[in-house]
Amino acid sequence: MNIPLIVPHVRWREPAAATDPAEQLSQTIRRLLRRSLHIRHLDAGSCNGCDWEIQALMGPVYDIQRLGIDIVASPRHADLLLVTGSVTRNLEQAALMTYEAMPEPRLVVAVGACACGGGVLQGSYATAGGVPNVLPVDVYIPGCPPRPLALINGLLIALGRLESKLQATDVTRHAEPSL
Amino acid sequence: APADRHVTVDLDQLPAATAAVVSELDARLALMVGEDDRSGSGSYRLAYTFAPKAGGWVTLEAFVDPDEPSFPSITPLVPAAHWYEREVQDMFGLVPEGHPDPRRLVLHDNWPDGVHPLRKDFDPSTPMPRVEREPYQFHRLHGEGFVEIPVGPIHAGVIEPGHFRFAAVGEAIFHLETRLFYTHRGIEKLAEGRTPAHVLQIAERVCGACSCSHAVSYAQAVEAIAGVEIPARAAAIRTLYLELERLYNHLGDLGNICAGVGFAVGTSFGARLKEDVQRLNERLIGNRFLHGVVRLGGVRRDLDAEDVADLEKTLDGVARDFKDFIELIMGSETLVERLTTTGVLPTATARALGAVGVAARASGVDLDSRRDHPHAFYDCLPMAVPVIVRHEGDVKARLLVRSDEVLASLAIIRALLATLPEGPTAVDLGAIPAGYAWGVSESPRGENIHWVRIGDDGTIERYRVRSASYPNWPAVAAAVPGNMVPDFPLINKSFELCYACLDR
Ligand code: SF4
Repeated sequence: MNIPLIVPHVRWREPAAATDPAEQLSQTIRRLLRRSLHIRHLDAGSCNGCDWEIQALMGPVYDIQRLGIDIVASPRHADLLLVTGSVTRNLEQAALMTYEAMPEPRLVVAVGACACGGGVLQGSYATAGGVPNVLPVDVYIPGCPPRPLALINGLLIALGRLESKLQATDVTRHAEPSL
Repeated sequence: APADRHVTVDLDQLPAATAAVVSELDARLALMVGEDDRSGSGSYRLAYTFAPKAGGWVTLEAFVDPDEPSFPSITPLVPAAHWYEREVQDMFGLVPEGHPDPRRLVLHDNWPDGVHPLRKDFDPSTPMPRVEREPYQFHRLHGEGFVEIPVGPIHAGVIEPGHFRFAAVGEAIFHLETRLFYTHRGIEKLAEGRTPAHVLQIAERVCGACSCSHAVSYAQAVEAIAGVEIPARAAAIRTLYLELERLYNHLGDLGNICAGVGFAVGTSFGARLKEDVQRLNERLIGNRFLHGVVRLGGVRRDLDAEDVADLEKTLDGVARDFKDFIELIMGSETLVERLTTTGVLPTATARALGAVGVAARASGVDLDSRRDHPHAFYDCLPMAVPVIVRHEGDVKARLLVRSDEVLASLAIIRALLATLPEGPTAVDLGAIPAGYAWGVSESPRGENIHWVRIGDDGTIERYRVRSASYPNWPAVAAAVPGNMVPDFPLINKSFELCYACLDR
């Protein structure tokens, strides 16, 4: 049987000034967190389009795990909340509870037109009209839905925000691991 | 095709008329629409649309007096009516008398009393405080050893929100109750008062996964009201994209069934093939989810020779790799064993709940709207639409129906490309008269109905979306008892339903 080759992974190289955004992302994660970036996805009322693109990130083609990113099961393990959908009334409480369960410093990234500002659902009685009306958003990734590469680019921008948040947060950091 | 029939009955005659339609015509309840027609006829209007075995549609219509806002429930006769009637209760404030389970459905506990968004006098800008109410009462099983396992609405993976309440003894599930409608976005109300072209944008976003089918169903409804037939080439191109949508969904879904048992190599294989088709989508129409294929009166973009060559080349590759994919799945004995006899949906249950699509066909119910309610170009194909029916009703049957449908889709696309009619790709609808109609298409998940009424001013007056997930979700809950808790994700993925188009 013939299992076709999947897009080859980016191999670990000595960090040199990376130009590939994926590689840049990987290096920034190492520098800032000294471990992988943990993401919790939150569907706050999306049409599923944005979610499927996030799912594609975890698949064999985009494979963000190779960059040191993982999507985790619990908000308690997450550094970053990736929110899709315009926050429906029926989900608002669950969205707030998810956010509150995250340790600080925490990032919120709004994914897609609905999450950024309500999208085609502007004016509906049943939604909050976007994530910023419910949670403090750090980075907006526009698109309907944003392509997987736009999501990777958005995560890179979010890490820049994490850097300043880390400096501002009083956390007792563990000793530097020797890499 | 048999003519569509429409009968108006007195409200108290509704159950008797329903019983007659269901038994004499061997009909399935396909749709129920409530309308606030107080400004017209002075009443609320309820329309139950049935699909008789012989084809066509039969609609029973009854009017509800606003001073006595209740109607006799037909759920005791036709279980498939259960959610429709609860939804009408939430959205219009009409009480289904005799409904066995009249709890809230779409508007969860914290919505205030007296808020009925689909009434015409509901003002979306009314402040709606969150009210404290008795928490939702789940059905409970009592007895020694029973454990209740609550799951959701936020799940561990990248999936949509919904709440599942299992009653289990050890690993064995005795009862599953689902609580859904978390992603209710008020789409039907949002459509009201907007132009038909504007609502097309919303229709495409009811559900990302079946976007093209939603757009086609909606456009067909509007075109029927306008009395316009779209050009043959436009119908053929719509059919092509409907099949591409089925293809990328089924490929991903086959991979996701593997994910349900932790067979990672299968999951990746499915995801890779799905990506191949989604990239093809993007090259053809500029969107990975087929947004923008449909315009009212036809399609937005024609296919040129280069597109046809790309389609042929890409799909040849998909067809070749798909063979290996299925060999990989079916060659794994432990995997196949997990799928066999797991999550059986009995034929009688599938019928009682009005299940459609892959879920129905894998349980011995022979229906497919591509054949039964021909739309787009399906009745002009040089081949009959292959309707794949199996009788086991288990996870394996749903997997095999999908895998055969992948081959069928590839064959339909090849046939289409070989016989693509020439001509224009759209017509102008002109001024659209007042009226109502519904459009049907077969999405990857099954029969997908959009019901539209256009008012005198040419804007949408009422919009009802009934996707395939609507009748199929209760079927999931029916297929789970008797299985182990760890098999639930697998069973759920084998149905692969959507929450977004259910909740709207
Ligand atoms: S932004 Fe577009 S794709 Fe994303 S949830 Fe909203 S409608 Fe769906």
